[in-house]
Amino acid sequence: MKQAWLTVLKRDLLQAYRRRSDIATTLFFFVIVSSLFPLGIGPEPAVLSSIAPGVLWVAALLAGMISLSRMFAADFSDGSLEQLLLAPQPLAVLVTAKILAHWLVCGLPVVLLAPLIGLQYALPNEALWVLVYSLLLGTPTLSLIGAIGAALTLGVRGSGLLVALLVLPLYIPTLIFGAGAVATSQHGMSAEAHLSLLAAVSLLSLVLAPVATAAALRISVE
Amino acid sequence: MHMNWFKFSSPATFYPLAGKLVPWFFWLATLLALVGLYVSFALAPTDFQQGEAYRIIFVHVPAAWMSMFIYVVMAGWAAMGLALNARLSAMMAQALAPTGAMFTLLALVTGSLWGKPMWGTWWVWDARLTSELILLFLYLGFMALQSSIDDPRRADRAGALLALVGVVNVPIIYFSVKWWNTLHQGSTINMGVAPKMAATMLLGMLLMALAFWMYSIAVSLLRVRCIMLERERSSDWVKALTAKGAK
Repeated sequence: MKQAWLTVLKRDLLQAYRRRSDIATTLFFFVIVSSLFPLGIGPEPAVLSSIAPGVLWVAALLAGMISLSRMFAADFSDGSLEQLLLAPQPLAVLVTAKILAHWLVCGLPVVLLAPLIGLQYALPNEALWVLVYSLLLGTPTLSLIGAIGAALTLGVRGSGLLVALLVLPLYIPTLIFGAGAVATSQHGMSAEAHLSLLAAVSLLSLVLAPVATAAALRISVE
Repeated sequence: MHMNWFKFSSPATFYPLAGKLVPWFFWLATLLALVGLYVSFALAPTDFQQGEAYRIIFVHVPAAWMSMFIYVVMAGWAAMGLALNARLSAMMAQALAPTGAMFTLLALVTGSLWGKPMWGTWWVWDARLTSELILLFLYLGFMALQSSIDDPRRADRAGALLALVGVVNVPIIYFSVKWWNTLHQGSTINMGVAPKMAATMLLGMLLMALAFWMYSIAVSLLRVRCIMLERERSSDWVKALTAKGAK
């Protein structure tokens, strides 16, 4: 099972590497969305640093979401998803490899780039660290919950918009705890409570989301 | 005593039964609503703080109750449809969704109508308002997913899974919004402390809630009848029905 899991992970990462521009698109999307806000709101550092947690987190949410359709769509159209479904290993486990690959390709770059954008938003050093921690804990949840939406809308017309409608409401707890963590550290308080809750949401979705994704894939492919 | 519990789980037998039940529930809903409106608008005393404007809660609170309750019922039908692979359960879930969304919207609209004279604003990012809004998004997502999948069997199962995911998330969303709310704004408006209510007020609210309940049952049965006819149009019982020219 470990072998199969690693194979799926390697394959997805290799595919992403072969289409590097896709990764760049997600990343640029994140940068552009978060650069639009200062242009719309004004360059006052005090205002920017107070909206920074929310804006950066919403931008991360959207960046994670627009890349969701790629998680299963290519495999669905070339038939390799069916092979995955027929594999003797439990689908819920194999799916975690695909979700991890998605996070490594679309989530992790955003996490690494976020402090840079945070600097532009005049976030203090400590808050920058909390931003990285919160994104590190929270973005896997986005990939996990997003996988359910991606699996449900597989091959459905208008799936790109539909996935937003399905997945964004479910992202709300992650957004609240993630942005809340950064905001509390800005106010000089400990962000530990928010980070713990964020980790709890991540763990819960790690347990439940792969099972739901596997069920959704079976519904969509049969 | 031996009973066939699954007798009415087939559309062919449920269709006439639902047809017989619908008028009863409509009558009950009308009756309860009339009595409830009388109690809440004529008998219930005027609130000493809020004046007459408080009377909107007789519509607002039952609507909010129903909006949450219907989502749970819908998820229950969806789960049953997934577990037992029963067509009718999935149809019931599909039939309930628009009513639930309607009550959610009603609760939001009446809430903001009440908020304007009471709080001086149409909208407050209060925990309850916000989670009600998110509930509306969940309903809309469910309906959008179901309507964008052409194969009804797949639409049923995908919708059912989404409803189940939603029902697991509803408490998480509710508490996260609640904590977010307490973090961001002080207790300028505290709806958490229930004021002592006059017995007639409570009676009016309960009657209205029952009326909404009966209405929901009637409307969803009516809707499920249409769904049954549409889905089973090539089956023998629908053909027999249409050949007879029955209503």
